[in-house]
Amino acid sequence: MARLERVAKAASTTAFGLSAAAVAFFLLSAAVVVGFLFWQTNNLLTGQVLGGLQAEARILSSEMQTGGLAKLSETVRSMSRTDGTGLYYLADRAGVKIAGNLNRIPPEIENDPRGGVFSYKPDLEEGSAAHLAVAIPVELGTEMRLIVGRDIEDQRTFADSIRRAFLWGFGVLSLVGLLGGLAVSRLILNRMDTITATSRSIMEGDLTQRIPTGGGGELDALAANLNEMLDRMEGMMNGLREVSDNIAHDLKTPINRLRNAAEAALRDPRGGEAYREGLERTIEKADDLIKTFNALLLIARLEAGPLEESVETFDLGRFVEDVAELYAPAAEEAGFALAIEEAHGIFVRANRQLIGQAVANLIDNAIKYSRAGEPGSTITVTVNRVNDGAAIAVADHGPGIKPDDRGRALKRFVRLEASRTKPGTGLGLSLVAAVARLHHGEVRLEDNNPGLKVVLVLSSKCLVTAPSPAYDAADRIAAQ
Amino acid sequence: MRVLVIEDDRETAQFLQKSLKENGHTADLAADGEEGLAFATDGSYDVLIVDRMLPRLDGLSVVKTLRADGNRTPALILSALGEVDDRVKGLRAGGDDYLTKPYAYSELLARVEALGRRTVPEEQQTRYTVGDLVLDRLSHRVTRAGEHILLQPREYRLLEYLMKHAGQVVTRTMLLEHVWDYHFDPQTNVIDVHVSRLRAKIDKSFDKPLLHTVRGAGYTIRDGPA
Repeated sequence: MARLERVAKAASTTAFGLSAAAVAFFLLSAAVVVGFLFWQTNNLLTGQVLGGLQAEARILSSEMQTGGLAKLSETVRSMSRTDGTGLYYLADRAGVKIAGNLNRIPPEIENDPRGGVFSYKPDLEEGSAAHLAVAIPVELGTEMRLIVGRDIEDQRTFADSIRRAFLWGFGVLSLVGLLGGLAVSRLILNRMDTITATSRSIMEGDLTQRIPTGGGGELDALAANLNEMLDRMEGMMNGLREVSDNIAHDLKTPINRLRNAAEAALRDPRGGEAYREGLERTIEKADDLIKTFNALLLIARLEAGPLEESVETFDLGRFVEDVAELYAPAAEEAGFALAIEEAHGIFVRANRQLIGQAVANLIDNAIKYSRAGEPGSTITVTVNRVNDGAAIAVADHGPGIKPDDRGRALKRFVRLEASRTKPGTGLGLSLVAAVARLHHGEVRLEDNNPGLKVVLVLSSKCLVTAPSPAYDAADRIAAQ
Repeated sequence: MRVLVIEDDRETAQFLQKSLKENGHTADLAADGEEGLAFATDGSYDVLIVDRMLPRLDGLSVVKTLRADGNRTPALILSALGEVDDRVKGLRAGGDDYLTKPYAYSELLARVEALGRRTVPEEQQTRYTVGDLVLDRLSHRVTRAGEHILLQPREYRLLEYLMKHAGQVVTRTMLLEHVWDYHFDPQTNVIDVHVSRLRAKIDKSFDKPLLHTVRGAGYTIRDGPA
């Protein structure tokens, strides 16, 4: 029963349908070809028989003209062998048989002046098989009647055997084709069932499941692609879980602090003045929370895809210099020297505001996390062309990041031990990484010996040879 | 000023109406895009505050329709969508300024007042004067009590923007957007350092300060107390 169900399921698959359609198409094509060959062969054989009969008719007609009835009768008698294929019937004008091996004019051609096909029994015994024959009347110019024919039973037997072979062949072909189709369908169905079972397990929450592969072929390529997609999904889900955990941890704490500040203000016996301070603190803490949310949303938006609307063409070196200059007084007050080394003339087509945000985050990190006021506490911002595009580097002489921690530092909400005491959301570097990804580039954390050097690489896809006035006109709206 | 607030969230709309009244403005409310469009077309408002996501007709369509009809009332678009793209769409639709939710009321008020006082076209004003401080836009010279004050190009632009909005509160974000053309979060108060350097040049050697800090809001330049 289960086997029947499996067969029925396999027979209802697209693969089986396609196999059956292919077999049917093949059989139809073969039928046309074989039918045409059969028809041609039959025509050739019939033509040969008729040609022979017409030649004989001409000979017998000339016999009649040269030797008269006696000569004709003699010739007909001599040709009328019982073991041959030649059939003759000569009768006088009253219809009385004079010579020949046929007993009568076959009724099928009695009234047909062109002759035709008829059946006759060579042996007059009861139960003997009828033979098929073809005959034509011979014009004798008198009222004598002569029929010349040929036994074509061999031709019929040949045709029947061809027909039988054809039908058997087609039957076998159909069966083999359908069985093949079923086998292929079963194979595909088994693979599909495996994929379905795996995806069902995944839907039920087991993201570690993978589709078995092996043996090569398109289905394996598909399975490999699906597995790769699952790897990414698993990574994203793990990331999401990690982010959710971090959001819960990193946002609960400031929300709790915010609540505590409000409660403390309410309990404060000073009254009005304390309320004002408490409310001010609450607003400050709420602003910090909003900043964190905004950064999170921005990262999510950047990871969702390109922002074509706000892409503009600009001189990267000049722009980064401009952003660095915004920070120069703040850096100076914090005890740093901000050095800018940029190559002009590197024009990029990129999202100016996002590049600005990334550079701002990097300079802000450098000010926040590296030691200020010591000899050599310079923050160096560099812009130059590299093999694979353009690079913005921000280097400091702070404690740097250990090689083992560098990959982690780019993740959301990751705050390394050294930075836990400093204010920050843990989203600064992950935003820089998201901006890099959006520009088909990458972020590299390197050793500045001593200190950290963060390199933001924009891919060569972002490079343009020169600014285009058309871009600038359109982009001025975006820059308002 | 007469302000029209087109906002579907009742609580937000009422908060804005109450706060604007406290600051000496009048505010009408419209709860959806179609009502807002009808009010804005009929009434004579100085500024429109338009929420982007509105029932019946979205905020951008309201502004687009008004601009197509020749209505030039300055519009501040409020939106929860704060990405650069959304900002660009808002400005292309005919908005004059764009503010992302959640916002500080002081930021919204500063922007509404900046929009509402665009009486004299900027290009026609060649001099800004606040007390004895004079900024000549043609010669790029700044003097106070006749004394020439030497400013860096960025300091000049900072002072120019503050003097253009003399008497109004100008927020740090507004300065970052209009003087630097940056629409991103600088993470730290970099603007404060620039303003304090400017203040050192224009106020330090004079008895009467002109450049004031407005706590929790931003800065203002005026001939008198903040």
